[in-house]
Amino acid sequence: MAETIKLEVVTPRGAVLSEDVDIVTAPGYGGEFGVLANHAPLLSTIKIGVMSYKKGGNSEQLMISGGFCKVAANRITFLVESAEFGREIDVDRAMRAKERAEKRLAEVIRKEEHLNQARAEAALQRSLARLRAAGHQPS
Amino acid sequence: MASLKDVQMKIGGVKKTAQITKAMNMVAAAKLRGAQQRMVDFRPYADQFDDAMTSMSGSMETSLFPLMEVREVNSVELIVVTSDRGLCGSFNAHIMKTAEKQMARLEEEGKKVSLVCVGKKGSRYFKKTGKVRKSYPDIMGTFQMFNAREIAQEVAANFLSGETDEVLLVYGAFVSVAVQRPAVKPLLPIQAVSGEEVGDRTVDSVDFIYEPSPTEIMDVLLPLYLNVMVYHIMLEVGASEHAARMTAMDNATTACVDMISNLTLIYNKARQAGITAELMDIVGGAEALKG
Repeated sequence: MAETIKLEVVTPRGAVLSEDVDIVTAPGYGGEFGVLANHAPLLSTIKIGVMSYKKGGNSEQLMISGGFCKVAANRITFLVESAEFGREIDVDRAMRAKERAEKRLAEVIRKEEHLNQARAEAALQRSLARLRAAGHQPS
Repeated sequence: MASLKDVQMKIGGVKKTAQITKAMNMVAAAKLRGAQQRMVDFRPYADQFDDAMTSMSGSMETSLFPLMEVREVNSVELIVVTSDRGLCGSFNAHIMKTAEKQMARLEEEGKKVSLVCVGKKGSRYFKKTGKVRKSYPDIMGTFQMFNAREIAQEVAANFLSGETDEVLLVYGAFVSVAVQRPAVKPLLPIQAVSGEEVGDRTVDSVDFIYEPSPTEIMDVLLPLYLNVMVYHIMLEVGASEHAARMTAMDNATTACVDMISNLTLIYNKARQAGITAELMDIVGGAEALKG
């Protein structure tokens, strides 16, 4: 049996997850990165996206948004603003949110409101990440 | 002297008030539990955040970051965090008085003061001063992280543009269920957290791989830190508000019970006096007939 690493996901609303897992993949600053047991200490910012981990033969996906992650002492901690399990995500709702966000983004680009553009882009990214975490492939 | 009927009506009224205050006390107690739970849930996040900040900022030159820049203070912004609703004793009054004291002190020193009000009570109270730059009424009931972020971004933008040189938080600190104290806390410029302040918690001083560079991480971390601070304060004010209301309503109920017993005494005395007077009448009449 391979060694495991302790995975923790903490949000302002409480700890979401605390488990010993085999491998963690996360959307880091420079793209996706994987973390195995006994990884060197690391501090990285986290983008909106899908974090997945494997435990035994099972893999699980979470949508996470905005924050950073810290790896130290065989423990990986995600400090993120929100985290949702893929299996708990309502695909229909996420679809609707995505459409809303797309519409809104188109509108702010047309009106050239740069401040709102960042916000609309973030909303779109969140809804896309949610869909991906739910296992839904955007067409 | 009040008639029997008047006293009776008054007793009825006070009894109804007592019912309401008692119900409010129980509602406040339930809400306090919720608010305290939110604080407990938030703690791991805040602790981990502090740890990360500490392990980062120890090795860093603070003057590099605009949010940490200490300038000569010419204008100060106060973020006054109060509750949305009243009937919680002197809770809001204390916070507002503390804010006023700070304003007076700063103005005496010749500094410009502006206000950002969070919560309806403070927004209303300070409206007439004309110093309120931004107010966020009606968010204390159901605020989320993004509310805190909005506020933090607002004050940070003003700080970065040089409009304000210092930002203070004025709020009601939650000491315990029985004690809430108005408190003042500096928010900006962000002070470097040094290792000693963390106290008993051990902070790993390992050499991290930083992704991206430490400075860029700090650029992300510092605004987040503001959000965390503001959110934390809002949570605390929420819990304090419910605790204050619980105490206030408990006192009100006790006062009602006292009043009822006093009024009942008056009522009984009046009734007794009436009976005595009637008896005197009858006895007097009988005596006269005997004549």
